[in-house]
Amino acid sequence: MNEARRSEITGPAIPVRGNDIDTDRIIPARYLKCVVFEGLGGHVFADDRAQLRERGQTHPFDDPRFAAARILLVGKNFGCGSSREHAPQAIMRWGRGIHAIVGESFAEIFAGNCLALGIPCPTAGADDLSSMTAMIERQPATELRLDLESMTLSGGGRSIDLVMPPGPRSQLLAGTWDSTAELLAGREAIAATAARLPYVHDWRTVSRVDAGRVP
Amino acid sequence: MAQTLYDKVFDRHTVRRLPSGQYQLFMGLHLIHEVTSPQAFEMLRDRGLTVLHPERTFATVDHIIPTHSKARPLADPLAEQMLVALERNVTESGIRFFAPTGGEQGIVHVIGPEQGLTQPGMTICCGDSHTSTHGAFGAIAFGIGTSQVRDVLATQCLAMDKQKVRRIEVNGRLRAGVYAKDVILYVIGRLGVNGGVGYAYEYAGEVFDRFSMEERMTVCNMSIEGGARCGYVNPDRTAYDYLRGRPFAPPAEAWDRAVVYWESMRSDAGAEYADVVRVRGEDIEPMVTWGITPGQSTAVGGALPDPGAFPADERGVIEEAYQYMGFRPGQQLVGAKIDVAFIGSCTNGRLSDIEEVVRHVRGRGFKVAPHVKALVVPGSQSVQRDMATRGWDQILREAGFDVREAGCSMCLAMNPDKLEGRQLCASSSNRNFKGRQGSPTGRTLLMSPTMVAAAAIAGEVTDARTLFDIDTKGAAR
Repeated sequence: MNEARRSEITGPAIPVRGNDIDTDRIIPARYLKCVVFEGLGGHVFADDRAQLRERGQTHPFDDPRFAAARILLVGKNFGCGSSREHAPQAIMRWGRGIHAIVGESFAEIFAGNCLALGIPCPTAGADDLSSMTAMIERQPATELRLDLESMTLSGGGRSIDLVMPPGPRSQLLAGTWDSTAELLAGREAIAATAARLPYVHDWRTVSRVDAGRVP
Repeated sequence: MAQTLYDKVFDRHTVRRLPSGQYQLFMGLHLIHEVTSPQAFEMLRDRGLTVLHPERTFATVDHIIPTHSKARPLADPLAEQMLVALERNVTESGIRFFAPTGGEQGIVHVIGPEQGLTQPGMTICCGDSHTSTHGAFGAIAFGIGTSQVRDVLATQCLAMDKQKVRRIEVNGRLRAGVYAKDVILYVIGRLGVNGGVGYAYEYAGEVFDRFSMEERMTVCNMSIEGGARCGYVNPDRTAYDYLRGRPFAPPAEAWDRAVVYWESMRSDAGAEYADVVRVRGEDIEPMVTWGITPGQSTAVGGALPDPGAFPADERGVIEEAYQYMGFRPGQQLVGAKIDVAFIGSCTNGRLSDIEEVVRHVRGRGFKVAPHVKALVVPGSQSVQRDMATRGWDQILREAGFDVREAGCSMCLAMNPDKLEGRQLCASSSNRNFKGRQGSPTGRTLLMSPTMVAAAAIAGEVTDARTLFDIDTKGAAR
């Protein structure tokens, strides 16, 4: 049994409505002044939450009804902007821990960062997602079940279809989303590829300047 | 079969196909900085791994570095801690570090090209989304997260999917007073902030053929703001001339062979693209963003759009932008009083950006408006030196600009340079996200450096062509 396999995630959900939510909003830059990711969970959406509080409103991440959430529901182009992995790290470390994000679409670097942490980011159609989000807003305690085998998100008497690029999906299902070991396994092939690149083997721009340090 | 540069460079760097169907891609150049790398080095230590190719990774400090003094220890203990961690990591791993004390420090996307590290036909990555900048040289260059930084340190490789290629042609001529920054803001406005997701952008056409390398860098830099993780221009004589003689560029004896390789990587005539977008250079005006995404922009004289003119699912962000910015549909931005002006960043902090500002400001008695705080932050120590050699720093200071030392500064405000409260900032940077410039309620208007300088002097958003008496009859480039 490979513990890294991600085929099914179950639990309550938390909805964050809106499109083009960038990673500066997910985790403002001032919280990036750190050399470890621990402790970021409490700062997720810090400024959005504070601004809603000032207006007497409550951000979902401050709403006790969603405190047990494991699945985040978002809109279009979620996670755009900065490549900071601090964004999914903060989401992952909030509350009981968010283990999956379902949206209408995701920014590419953000989705890649989530994959590297074993967090699936499947997408769903706008109407499906909107009805699922509305249902969760009405009944926050509803348990959802995200199934990467059947590519569905179900719960509360409904089920919607999910889409995900085949590569990341198979990495999650196989438990190989932490790619370092797999990439290292190709060590001989890495050397062969490097040897075919003229800027590595011919003009060796790097070693010319740092002569003596490079084998 | 005719291929694009993207396909050729991708194929050339493919190590193997992974069981997941993704590609293992060799990274020719890896750039690191203090914000997104320390956790990656910790992960390596936890796993007992070392850096596989330390000679292919280069480091700088840019995000947290103060711009008034780089004296150690840095005044901010958290910033100092990050710099110390970087110093330890590069020393232990044998990675070349462009330290502030060495005179070659700067924003990672400014110094890569400056040093000649960025070359055509390479794969380049960095834990920073603006790595797309390096595509100006005909490289596949893109931003990655910290776990991927770990992968590159340990294996010099990444697991990647192949992207589609969209060709964006800008033909004709740009009008005088219209810059590379306006071109990319116009393109993002037209294609949307997520229009490029899944694509690499290939920029081409007569305008790009005439662009300098620094202008190409400005455009490629903001590809990510249009959702495209990488954007590139096919390499040509302009790129080779820029590179020749730089510290890490190919030496004279290998130069001809390098050019042969670079030329071979150019997109073939007849290469197929997922789609082609054509823009007329003459249609582009000086642009200003008015909202909270880089796609929310208008020509400087334009009226702000009616939310009702947008598709239903985009209206939410438009209304959110109006609420946050305090603007209203139908109004013009010209005349909006600014508090801060910022010239710098990996988008527009290079020598030619400063040169253009100085060209308009010098010798005409212009002064920054008394209520405006105007910062000029060079993208690198090299830019800073070149400014001083030419006397430009003095000219700018006499005009009331605060000329600082190199760093990312107020683009993302991880150093002491921040907006306060709801201040409105005319900025040559790349992002107008909520809170981006250091105040959770601060507001950013993105524009070209020349437009920022004009706003600083007028004290409000203004058409730089009028203030600086730019002859709009003569077509520029």
